[in-house]
Amino acid sequence: MSQSSKITRVEGRGVVVRGEDIDTDRIIPARFLKTITFEGLEQHLFEDDRKQLAERGTTHAIDQPAFQGAQIMFVGSNFGCGSSREHAPQAIARWGIQAIVGVSFAEIFFGNSLMIGLPCATVTPDQIEKLMAAIESDPSVACAVDLPAKTISAGSVTVPLGMPEAVRSALMSGDWDATALLVDHYEQVEQVAASLPYVSGWR
Amino acid sequence: MARTLFQKVWDAHTVRTLPNGQTQLYIGLHLVHEVTSPQAFAELRERGWTVRAPQRTFATIDHIVPTRAQARPFADVMAESMTEALERNCRDYGIQFFDLASGSQGIVHVIGPEMGLTQPGMTIACGDSHTSTHGAFGAIAFGIGTSQVRDVLASQCLALSPLKVRRIEVNGTLKPRVYAKDVILTIIGRLGVKGGTGYAYEYAGDVFDRMTMDERMTVCNMSIEGGARVGYVNPDDTTFEFLRGRRFAPSGAAFDKAVAWWRGMASDAGAPYDDVIRLQGEDIAPTVTWGINPGQSVGVGARLPTPDDVTTPERAGLAEALDFMGFQPGQPIAGTRVDVAFIGSCTNGRLSDLREAAHVVAGHRVASHVRALVVPGSQKVAVAAEKEGLDQIFRDAGFEWRGAGCSMCLAMNPDRLEGREVCASSSNRNFKGRQGSPTGRTLLMSPAMVAAAAVAGEVVDIRSFPINEPAAV
Repeated sequence: MSQSSKITRVEGRGVVVRGEDIDTDRIIPARFLKTITFEGLEQHLFEDDRKQLAERGTTHAIDQPAFQGAQIMFVGSNFGCGSSREHAPQAIARWGIQAIVGVSFAEIFFGNSLMIGLPCATVTPDQIEKLMAAIESDPSVACAVDLPAKTISAGSVTVPLGMPEAVRSALMSGDWDATALLVDHYEQVEQVAASLPYVSGWR
Repeated sequence: MARTLFQKVWDAHTVRTLPNGQTQLYIGLHLVHEVTSPQAFAELRERGWTVRAPQRTFATIDHIVPTRAQARPFADVMAESMTEALERNCRDYGIQFFDLASGSQGIVHVIGPEMGLTQPGMTIACGDSHTSTHGAFGAIAFGIGTSQVRDVLASQCLALSPLKVRRIEVNGTLKPRVYAKDVILTIIGRLGVKGGTGYAYEYAGDVFDRMTMDERMTVCNMSIEGGARVGYVNPDDTTFEFLRGRRFAPSGAAFDKAVAWWRGMASDAGAPYDDVIRLQGEDIAPTVTWGINPGQSVGVGARLPTPDDVTTPERAGLAEALDFMGFQPGQPIAGTRVDVAFIGSCTNGRLSDLREAAHVVAGHRVASHVRALVVPGSQKVAVAAEKEGLDQIFRDAGFEWRGAGCSMCLAMNPDRLEGREVCASSSNRNFKGRQGSPTGRTLLMSPAMVAAAAVAGEVVDIRSFPINEPAAV
C-alpha cells in the first residue's frame, strides 16, 4: 500500500456491520497487533465479535456467505473509536473493503483510513437505515460510492455523500498519500522550525 | 485579535496549505513505541526516505513489555521481535531509545512529561491515541496512525485539518475523595463518547487551575475517550514549576525565556470558542463505568440506567452493554463483585496515583478472591515509589508490585483478564475484550477507588471507606 492513486468511484457489493461505537479493539483485538507488518490482519477482523456471535448461534456479517467479496462496508456511528491503531483500517482494507459508509467516524480512524486510500463517507441515520435495509434484503445489489458525483447508492437507494472537501479532493487527485507532498519544499519546513524558540534553542 | 492556545500553536507550526486544502503542520516532538512504528520504518526504507529530525524523535517500549520477567530475550517471541525491530530502527536512524536498561523506560505518555520533553506550545505526535495526555502542558498533541508516523519520520510534518475548540469549564471545588479521573469520566458521561469529534477540548476553570500536572494529565489523557483527538490545559505557574530542572527542559536564562514564550501561548482573554460547556466541581461524584465504553458511567452511589432513562437511539447500546456486562437495568453499581484490581496505565500510573492508592490500602488486605496488581507508569515512577516505601505498602496488602509498562490496560503482555473476570481498573478503556479476555469486563474508576475495591472485593464508595493511616508518605 505505498503508491498513491486517484480514487473516484468505488463499486461492488455491500456488507452491513450494525452497531454503534464499534471501537478499534473490536475491529482488531490488541493481541493481533503483535506483529511488525500488516500482513494477514484481515483473518482476525472482528474476531472476538464473530466468535461470540457464533457461540450464540448467530453469524457476524463478515462470516455470512452473502457478504463475501463485498467492496463497501456500511456501519453505524462513531465507527473506529478508541485506539489509534492503523491495524484497524488495514484489516478492513485487506479483507477487500475499498470504501466505508457510516453515520460518523472517530477522527483518528477516519484519518488513518484516508492515509491508506480507504474513503470513509458519511450519511444521516435515516439514510444509513435505508442503505442497510436495501443491502440486507438483497445482498447482491450493486452499491457505489461516487466521489465526483457526491452520491452513495445501494440498489435503487441513492443518497448524498458526506465528506470534507479537502478529503474528497485528496482522494480524487491521488494526494491522499501526503508523504511526498510533505517531504517536498523542506526548506519551508526548516524555516518554520527555525522560527520556533524551542527548536532553535531559546536564543 | 484574541486567539486560543490551539490557534496560536497551529499558526506557529503551519508550514503551508497543501493543494487539497489541508494544513502541513510542523511537529516539534515525535514519540515512538514498538507497536505502531515497525511498519512505518519499513515503508521509510522502501521509499528511500530517512528520518528528517532524529534529534526531535524519542522512543521507548511500553505496550508489549512483560512486567514480571524482564530479562531479554523476552519469552514472547513476537514481543522480542518487536523490541528488536525498534532497537534496530533507533540505531539505524540515530533516535534516542529509552529501553529497559536506560532507567527511563516507561509508558510513552508518562516518560515524555517526566523527562521534560513535553513542553508548552509544542506540537507533539505519537502513534497512540492517548497522546492527548501531553496537552496537560499546553501542547497540541495528536494521536496518529502508522502511516502518519511514517509521515512525521520522513518530513517532521503532518497533513491535518484544523479542529474546532470547545472550552470545558469546571468551576468551584471538588469534594473530598473526588479525583481528576472522576472529573473526566463525568465530562465524557455528559458529552458522550463522540461529543468531541472534530474538537480540541480546552479544560479551564477553578478545578483545572488548582490541579497538579499529574491530575491534568489524567484529564487530558482521556480526551480521546470523549471523541476529542486533542485536549489541553493552558500553561501556568504549575506547569512551569513542574518543568523546572527536568532533563530536557531548558535551564538557566533559557528557562526564563521559555517561560515568557510559554506564557504567551496560553489562550487570550476573550478568545473565540466554537463551544463552551460549564460544570460545577461540587456536582461531581466518585464515578464508575458500568458498560462497554467510557461514556457509560454513574456516580458510585447511583444505579445503572434503565431503558426509560435513555433516548430511543441509545436503547440498543444500553441493551448491548448490559448484556455483555451481565448487569440488570437499574441495579446499583456499588456492591459489584470484582475479581481483579489493576492500578496503572498512562491515565493513572504516576507517582501521585500510586500514593493515593497506597494511602487507601495501607493497613488493609486485598480480599481473598481478588488478584491485585500495581504497574508503575515508568521506571522512574517505580524507583520513586519504592524510595517512599509504597511498594511495601502494596505488597503488605497483597498486591503484586510489577515493572513499568502498559500491562493490563490493553493486555499485549502476559497480564490479562481470564474468562468473564470483572476488573476494577484505573485505566482508560472498558471496551469489550480490552483487557485481554474477549469476554472480560472492565469497570473504570480512580486509583483510590480501585484500591478500595481490591480490599472490599467489590465496588465501594471511597467516601465511606475506612482509611487507616494519616498518609502513606
